[in-house]
Amino acid sequence: MKKHALSTRIWHWINLICVTVLFMSGLNISNAHRFLYWGDYGFAAEHAWMAVPRFPGWMTIPGHYNLAVARDWHILMAWPFAVGLLVMWVAMLVNGHFWRDLRTTFAEWKPAAVWHDIVQHAKFNFEHSGGKFNFLQKVAYGVVLGVFLPGMVFTGLAISPGFEPAAPWLVEVLGGRQSARTLHFLFAWGLFGFAVLHVGLVLVTGPVKQIRDMITGGKA
Amino acid sequence: MTGSVGRRGFVAGMSALFLGACNKVAESSVGKSLFEKAPGWHKAVQRSLADRMALAIEYPRSAISPTFKANGSKTVDTDFYRAQLENGFADWRLEVRGMVAKPLSLSLDEVRALPQRTQVTRHDCVEGWSAIGEWTGPQLSTLLEMAGVQDGAKFVVFRCADKYVGRQYYESVDMVDAMHPQTIVAHSLNGEALPEGNGAPLRMRIERQLGYKHAKYLAAIEVVDTLENIGEGMGGYWEDRSGYQWYAGM
Repeated sequence: MKKHALSTRIWHWINLICVTVLFMSGLNISNAHRFLYWGDYGFAAEHAWMAVPRFPGWMTIPGHYNLAVARDWHILMAWPFAVGLLVMWVAMLVNGHFWRDLRTTFAEWKPAAVWHDIVQHAKFNFEHSGGKFNFLQKVAYGVVLGVFLPGMVFTGLAISPGFEPAAPWLVEVLGGRQSARTLHFLFAWGLFGFAVLHVGLVLVTGPVKQIRDMITGGKA
Repeated sequence: MTGSVGRRGFVAGMSALFLGACNKVAESSVGKSLFEKAPGWHKAVQRSLADRMALAIEYPRSAISPTFKANGSKTVDTDFYRAQLENGFADWRLEVRGMVAKPLSLSLDEVRALPQRTQVTRHDCVEGWSAIGEWTGPQLSTLLEMAGVQDGAKFVVFRCADKYVGRQYYESVDMVDAMHPQTIVAHSLNGEALPEGNGAPLRMRIERQLGYKHAKYLAAIEVVDTLENIGEGMGGYWEDRSGYQWYAGM
């Protein structure tokens, strides 16, 4: 058996392209209105809980402010992103990746065990017995696959007025349309934070082998 | 320090390469064609998941926002409009024309005398903000049924009195959105006559789409079978001027 299943590898790289384009076009869209709100409405500084910075051209798609083209990218890439995530989840459940590698056990959540993992991680000691991932990796991948990525899809649907009649409850459980927009923004930066951590850890654990394995599959 | 500048230079360089590649894709015929098609995929899925008549959320009056932001044109810069503002729009006419059996020309009193719908709904601007207001007016379907839409009609065009940055504003929707129960020709906001900044005396409410579709200063409703010969042919002011998506349900 390979270290990474074919479905994981294909999804990983497609998802990287989707998330990068969606994030950068999203920052361009953010520049159109830089206030974030909680609740159903919000259109002025006095309603806002946060004013976000204006993102420079090198961080946005396209590289200058253009709401129409940024939205073209966002509206298009939402499709491979959302469909890819759904297919990946089905594959993880069917091929056992989720149950075998990503699921955490009750024992792993005991404070002493969690502390031990944090200490070992801080010492850059990534050796761990049994299972592909250690506890912190499982939590990180679990939050990304289970909260941030699907969270992007659901909050994105919730801020689409044409989707609302199909599931008005979605807008309501997220706390209103402006709360959904705020969460869309926060989840996006959550993914950015994960990406920084993820790339950092790949760099300190043998980047050539790690990247090669995510392409060829590697040895289990 | 050099290390950090070097790293920043690397990130900026990667970004420039990636942005260049994105531009190439966006300008290719495949990219352009995908950009044109993707809004239609959203429309198809959104409409297949909900009943054709399913409603956008309607709020209690207590949810109305403290004010209702006016955006885009905030007035109409003509002597006729100034005079109408003074005399309560006594001479304003709303025309219903194009592919209809019986063209209409209605005064504001006649518009107010039709069966009315009142709805407290949320307005979502393409920029990202939202405001909530209570709107009252006849359903567009009532006007279209009075005029009698002819076979082959596909779109309803909203002709506006205002020019924004020198260009005539207009918008359009297909027959599904035109016949939706929440698509109304609003003459009042929060129980008062529509304010100047929000499109007095009449504006469209197209509740399942973004704000730029909700044409203000409405002068005529035109039923057509193609959008090609109107404006620059893309179906609306922002679509023509800046390449905004004609379907604005996402």
